[in-house]
Amino acid sequence: MSDRWVAVLAGGLSHERDVSLRSGRRVSAALRSAGVVVEEWDADASLLPRLRESRPDAVVIALHGGEGENGSIQTVLELLGIPYVGADVNACRRGWDKPSAKAELARAGLLTPDWVVLPHSTFRELGAQPVLDAMVERLGLPMMLKPHQGGSALGAQVVREAGELPTAMVGCLAYSDAVLAEKYVDGVEVAVTVIDGPDGPTALPAVEIAPESGVYDYTARYTAGLTTFHTPARLGAETAAAVADLAVSAHRLLGLRDVSRTDAVVDADGAVHFLEVNLSPGLTETSLVPMAIEAAGLSFGEIYAGLVERAVARAR
Amino acid sequence: MTTPGQQPERTGSRSLDPHLRRYAARAGGMTASEVRALFAVASRPEVVSLAGGMPNLAALPLESLSEQVGRIIAEEGLTALQYGSAHGVPLLREQICEVMALEGISGHPDDLVVTVGSQMALDLVTRIFCDPGDIVLAEGPSYVGALGTFASYQAEVRHVVMDADGLVPEALRAALDAAKQAGRRVKFLYTIPNFNNPAGVTMAVARRAEVLDICAAHDVLVVEDNPYGLLGFDGQVYPALRSMDRDNVIYLGSFSKTFASGLRVGWALAPHAVREKLVLAAESAALCAPTLNQMVVSRYLATHDWKGQIKSFQTMYRERRDALISGLEQHMPAGCSWTNPDGGFFVWMTVPEGVDTKAMQPRAVTARVAYVPGTGFYADGFGSRQMRLSFCYPPPERISEGVRRLAGVLAQEIDLLNTFGPTTSRSLTGPQTPSPDTA
Repeated sequence: MSDRWVAVLAGGLSHERDVSLRSGRRVSAALRSAGVVVEEWDADASLLPRLRESRPDAVVIALHGGEGENGSIQTVLELLGIPYVGADVNACRRGWDKPSAKAELARAGLLTPDWVVLPHSTFRELGAQPVLDAMVERLGLPMMLKPHQGGSALGAQVVREAGELPTAMVGCLAYSDAVLAEKYVDGVEVAVTVIDGPDGPTALPAVEIAPESGVYDYTARYTAGLTTFHTPARLGAETAAAVADLAVSAHRLLGLRDVSRTDAVVDADGAVHFLEVNLSPGLTETSLVPMAIEAAGLSFGEIYAGLVERAVARAR
Repeated sequence: MTTPGQQPERTGSRSLDPHLRRYAARAGGMTASEVRALFAVASRPEVVSLAGGMPNLAALPLESLSEQVGRIIAEEGLTALQYGSAHGVPLLREQICEVMALEGISGHPDDLVVTVGSQMALDLVTRIFCDPGDIVLAEGPSYVGALGTFASYQAEVRHVVMDADGLVPEALRAALDAAKQAGRRVKFLYTIPNFNNPAGVTMAVARRAEVLDICAAHDVLVVEDNPYGLLGFDGQVYPALRSMDRDNVIYLGSFSKTFASGLRVGWALAPHAVREKLVLAAESAALCAPTLNQMVVSRYLATHDWKGQIKSFQTMYRERRDALISGLEQHMPAGCSWTNPDGGFFVWMTVPEGVDTKAMQPRAVTARVAYVPGTGFYADGFGSRQMRLSFCYPPPERISEGVRRLAGVLAQEIDLLNTFGPTTSRSLTGPQTPSPDTA
């Protein structure tokens, strides 16, 4: 029985508030089942006074998007000297920004779909159509459009025809100031959870994602039953090892800590392409990290209780 | 042998919902949606929500109500806490008839069924009248909760256009003729004639008889939903459709907007033969509406100046309407237009061509203002250029601030459109189920 007590931060004001609240509830219940005393707090104006007054042994950040992943909450926790689970401020900044993470992995020689990132202002100043044409020439179609920051596939779209691009751009830019346009890689989509342990980061079995609609969008992510998950992913031993290596490499190269989830796609030739990394991965009933932990025969609650112990030990 | 922390491995192919193949076809549209997820942010106090249709209850006499509820438990607890008749508490049914008399309705308490809000009444009416594939006519736009109910019974909704005087009779006639020519069966016209949710317009009195005549001539029932009828800002009351035709109109009423939405007390007044079926349907759906809540409403009507309370609501909502309209006039860019309701909770705004209000919603949430995109109020994907703005809940100064923020959001969206050109709407796959944020 642990005598730890932790504050789980969930909610916030990002577009992913709803998902975050569900993640917070799930991880809190798991931690309680591992004997940890848990309080669930929202990230609002009451947070700092509460942290100062209560000083939990550690904080588990179940905030998704914005403040929870871009290093802001982490900075505040460091200012207050309160240990927390997850990547530190600098790693958050690098990993949170999708193009930065892709660039770092590409520099290290890892495969990631070719991409460009452009803010709205570029299209406005240079004229949208010539820029869109150049994007299509470079990346081809279909093309993946994503907000350059953010998660839960909000604003992300597969664009199959050039005529769909303007509408997709407007939809994407509703979520962020810049668009990450990626060459679309058709293949098996997988998610790999990496957990830090005494022997360094370890990849859990990859989860293969097979959405009924073919697109793992918000609805497919958060409606139970609309996606089939294969654990472990139906990959040959060599490819499974390559997928695990990619996730551990991403975790190390970006300086991540405690837990991360790397999303990747395996193409028809078996090549593994890095898509993005999640610093505060979803922990809901339909999320991939709890699924991977279960697939490894581990306890979600005890894994997170262990991460809390690591966070506390770091602060000593 | 397992070490601590180890569990049996859960590997293989998994669908996270093992019941997936068991669901009825009508559950097909019940999925997670980005729109609903964004409303989780809208409920935060940092956000000015012009989205929610929640009545403002701050003016209710809570202390006195508390005393009355205590007395009900003390004096009539064994009745209040017991099952009641599916028909409803008799005294309350008599009192409801007095309420309806304000709008010219002379109903008999026996023809009235008390329900869990008028939402349940609508569900019961749809249940007893609609087979899958039947057509229901509804104003375009129409109440999102009604569209959800019709979808759950697999009825097909066809919208009838409105103008500043409400439902357009010629369009109604054309819709009925078109259905007839196609050999399709129209079961009823669903209408919110007063201070329409979401459009904010009121059916002109001169049109009411014509609408009733058209429906009667086509042998189509009228379902009149009237939750806002007593909330005319100048105290004006329009004659209910039911007051003009007692045989072909089912009237749905509610205390949610004039008293307390949380009590969930509404009703249906139906022609005698229909009422028998409604009672049986109510019994199978819920056994009865909560007895205690019915008695609280009854006691409130008997002991409080409820008409005076409604007057104070009228004043409060008029001030809020004024704040919203004034803000729109001051801040909205060219190309926007809106309705100017003389009662109820809602303004319906049309934005410049090319703007998709659903696609814009995340930007609004970032700017800490919320509205309901227009597509939610149509069953057929229309409404992408519209939004519903509600003025019922936030105080006037917050409404003004919300409109200022919304204008900024719209300016940014127009800037995007100037860059990328008009967009094609990504329409919803069907009506969203109602929630307190959108009801």
